[in-house]
Amino acid sequence: MEARRAPRAVIDPKVRRVGFFAPPDRSRSGPPDPISFDISPTANSLSPVMIPPPRHSSESLSLHARPAATSPSGEESVTAGSYSSSSEFFPAPMSPAPSSYSSRTIADDGDFFDSGKVASSFPRGGFDLTAMKASSVPASELTTGAVVNADSLAIREREKADKGGGSAVEVKDQALNAKQKKEKTTKAERRALQEAQRAAKAAAKAEGNKASGTLASVNVKPARAAKLPQKVDNASVAASEKKGGDRPQEKDRKKDVPQPRMQYDDKSRVDKAKRRAVVKQTEAKNRVELFRHLPQYEHGSQLPDLEAKFFQLGPVHPAVYKVGLQYLSGDISGGNARCIAMLQAFQEAIKDYRVPTEKTLVRDLTAKLSSYVSFLIECRPLSISMGNAIRFLKSRIAKLPLTLSESESKTSLQSDVERFINEKIILANKVIVKHAITKIRDGDVLLTYGSSSAVEMILLHAHELGKQFRVVVVDSRPRLRGKLLLRRLVEKGLRCTYTHINAVSYIMNEVTRVFLGASSVLSNGTVYSGVGTACVAMVAHAFRVPVLVCCEAYKFHERVQHDSICSNELGNPDIISTVQSREDVNHLEAWANTENLQLLNLIYDATPSDYVSMIITDYGMVPPTSVPVIVREYSREHVWI
Amino acid sequence: MENRKTSAYYENRAVQFGVVSTEWLAQAQSATVHPAPSPPLPPSHNDADKPFSVIEEFNAWRKHPDLAEAVAAIRALAAVIRSSKATTMMQLEIQLKSASDSLKRWDTTSISLTAACDLFMRYVTRTSALEYEDFNSAKSRLLERAEKFGEISFKARNIITMLSQDFIFNGCTILVHGFSRVVLQILKFAAQNNKLFRVFCTEGRPDRTGLRLSNELAKLDVPVKLVIDSAVAYTMDEVDMVFVGADGVVESGGIINMMGTYQIAMVAKSMNKPVYVAAESYKFARFYPLDQKDLAPALRPVDFGVPIPSKVEVECSARDYTPPQYLTLLFTDLGVLTPSVVSDELIQLYL
Repeated sequence: MEARRAPRAVIDPKVRRVGFFAPPDRSRSGPPDPISFDISPTANSLSPVMIPPPRHSSESLSLHARPAATSPSGEESVTAGSYSSSSEFFPAPMSPAPSSYSSRTIADDGDFFDSGKVASSFPRGGFDLTAMKASSVPASELTTGAVVNADSLAIREREKADKGGGSAVEVKDQALNAKQKKEKTTKAERRALQEAQRAAKAAAKAEGNKASGTLASVNVKPARAAKLPQKVDNASVAASEKKGGDRPQEKDRKKDVPQPRMQYDDKSRVDKAKRRAVVKQTEAKNRVELFRHLPQYEHGSQLPDLEAKFFQLGPVHPAVYKVGLQYLSGDISGGNARCIAMLQAFQEAIKDYRVPTEKTLVRDLTAKLSSYVSFLIECRPLSISMGNAIRFLKSRIAKLPLTLSESESKTSLQSDVERFINEKIILANKVIVKHAITKIRDGDVLLTYGSSSAVEMILLHAHELGKQFRVVVVDSRPRLRGKLLLRRLVEKGLRCTYTHINAVSYIMNEVTRVFLGASSVLSNGTVYSGVGTACVAMVAHAFRVPVLVCCEAYKFHERVQHDSICSNELGNPDIISTVQSREDVNHLEAWANTENLQLLNLIYDATPSDYVSMIITDYGMVPPTSVPVIVREYSREHVWI
Repeated sequence: MENRKTSAYYENRAVQFGVVSTEWLAQAQSATVHPAPSPPLPPSHNDADKPFSVIEEFNAWRKHPDLAEAVAAIRALAAVIRSSKATTMMQLEIQLKSASDSLKRWDTTSISLTAACDLFMRYVTRTSALEYEDFNSAKSRLLERAEKFGEISFKARNIITMLSQDFIFNGCTILVHGFSRVVLQILKFAAQNNKLFRVFCTEGRPDRTGLRLSNELAKLDVPVKLVIDSAVAYTMDEVDMVFVGADGVVESGGIINMMGTYQIAMVAKSMNKPVYVAAESYKFARFYPLDQKDLAPALRPVDFGVPIPSKVEVECSARDYTPPQYLTLLFTDLGVLTPSVVSDELIQLYL
């Protein structure tokens, strides 16, 4: 086992953060925020699949201990050991010691579930017990403590991180004690053993004597304690476990730590995910090496399978199921359409939701939502706009005042979703159109690529206003979405030219403006959009044609990406090998059998900010360098919504 | 003059520079026929019977040679508040809005005027407690903020002067284009602090601003050399930095300035010389031109000294747009900024 652990620690980068992140829970007081932003902008976010922390004042005791605990632990002791563990995770939002937070996300469902519950009800008495051990806290212990208290503790900590006091040890010990109360499975023992070995190794590397000495001094079973640090390594496992749609697992509230998007090149994680997955996916053959970290499945196999299981999938609401099927089959595509469909499905699900007895609405609904999201991810990976919308919804659920009755909460949530759709998507599009119209002059030749809803609205509106211009629609295989846009434009009477992307450098010297849509705009001004957009923008830049990107502000993300490889989506490679209505072009029919041949069908690509002249958003026309400002302002606005 | 759409802004500047041109002479002749313009002091507030005209007030303030047009507009708007007879906040705000609109209409081509009016409205009406106080105290609060804004704008030049002193080192050669009062003040201050530097002035056709500027600098005993506009690339080798003012700073971080600035910035960038822009913060406009033709045209008749045959067209645009990639730094009263920060400031101000 150890041999298996070590290589992973080497291969993975130190801090890898990919995926969707939510801003830190804003119900916290002011001071923590600046700190969290300093530490790492993306650290403070939850993946959309995570559950926000529950709100029980009785549990506040255990929580505030953590930040103080981890900080005095000393960077020197914790960081060394935790570095490898945090390789897949993000530093905790508030705490300077990353490992503790990240370790939380790891979990074996059963363990954490129980431990969380027990820990939350742990009486004050535990304080004295734990306080005594404060002095002899080894680095590994701290990590373990952090791990155990994943759910309830971690979350509250984040909220009350500004309160110092307590000791991390007490938190840790609570967790450990909690563990003692619960019957450990054999898996835990095994893990404990592994972890002890690993921790000893790490500690020896980091501090030498201190780790081993203190390890022994912990009064709690060393095996148990050791097990916890091991969990730190298994964060990725936790990620895969989260992919399952089981509700009890979600309730563990181990998702405070921003979860990196699951990297699919690790076999163990992928296997774990498959075990829990609702949608049975078979992995594609002949996968491109460079993109092994992205999921790729055989297309065509999932749909019939899912349809057959329709009546068995109790946990998944039919509306969500329907949307998932539509994603799988490709009926709904396009950032806004997918987002709106998903949100409306969630509205339905919320409407039909009934709180089970002895559960709170906030926690249970969030868990349910996470399970739906996991299901949707299995159908088709989330787009960034969907991730932001889910994050918004979860923050609204988390902010529901406890005094509201169930039906009031539900209507409030439904109206929130309605307002989000109206303000951030529909109205935003109107504002974008208003701004973009000012940039279209008579006699212009406007080029657009693919099919973007925002650009379509702009062109149609400009035509209605009577402006005289021509449109060039550039399209590309395999999806040929430009054809739909072309049809709609021609119906309204615009003068259009249609061409494939191979000819874009030929046609570019007639063009005066390029309008592009975007799936998202990242913090460094990179535009993340359908594959081929980067080409068009680059050619336009070479011809000194201004490139205007139209993107609603809710699609902005604080992530930074420099290339199209580290995060992308892989489509069905079979559609590349065939040409519609040209059956004679079948040279690649048996491509899967050829070992040396791999087909790659990328869905997105990243356009560097140098090629973009301006971004038109509902906040106005801004240069690409201002996107982080808007992300900052935008996330602040979330507080007041 | 009347048959061509001349930008009043540039006309005014020509008057202030005191450049003698054939048009000016013609104007002077016609002026002798009509009565002289009103004295340069603002009208007293005592004539309550006369309806208050913001344009009059503005014109009065504008006559000051040292006062930027935008600051004159701000002062005029402050005067609107002072002399307003409104009894409710809504009424006052409506009056302000209409005054601001009429000022903007007076010269639609002036970016700094539009920007200053917009900023004034945002700044003044942003106080949140206005609804809760009684009207008189709210009005005096508004007035206070308006005067403060006027003061800030007026003092902006001094702040910019202080900030830019570090960038002028002993023995440097500065290329200046256009007659910007801010840049002049910077150079004056540096000279007074016994910094040794020399200045290349571009001639600045058609305004011939270079002549005026070289005059001013010569009075300060700063070594000045006049170069014609075409000789900028030729002399760029010896130049250490380029200093320009700005008529407006746009959202992309670029500037709108006198015709020729874009050329000079391009040459400077290709030879790796820094281009510094001195602009007050009220010139930041929510405006994003994509290319030169995206600006509202501001025309300025060009005097060639000899009559031009009627078949020949003359490019008489008075200003151009310099994209942000050619600019190094902007000296503003908000600090020394890079061009990309302009949009940040605008977002924070307007949202």
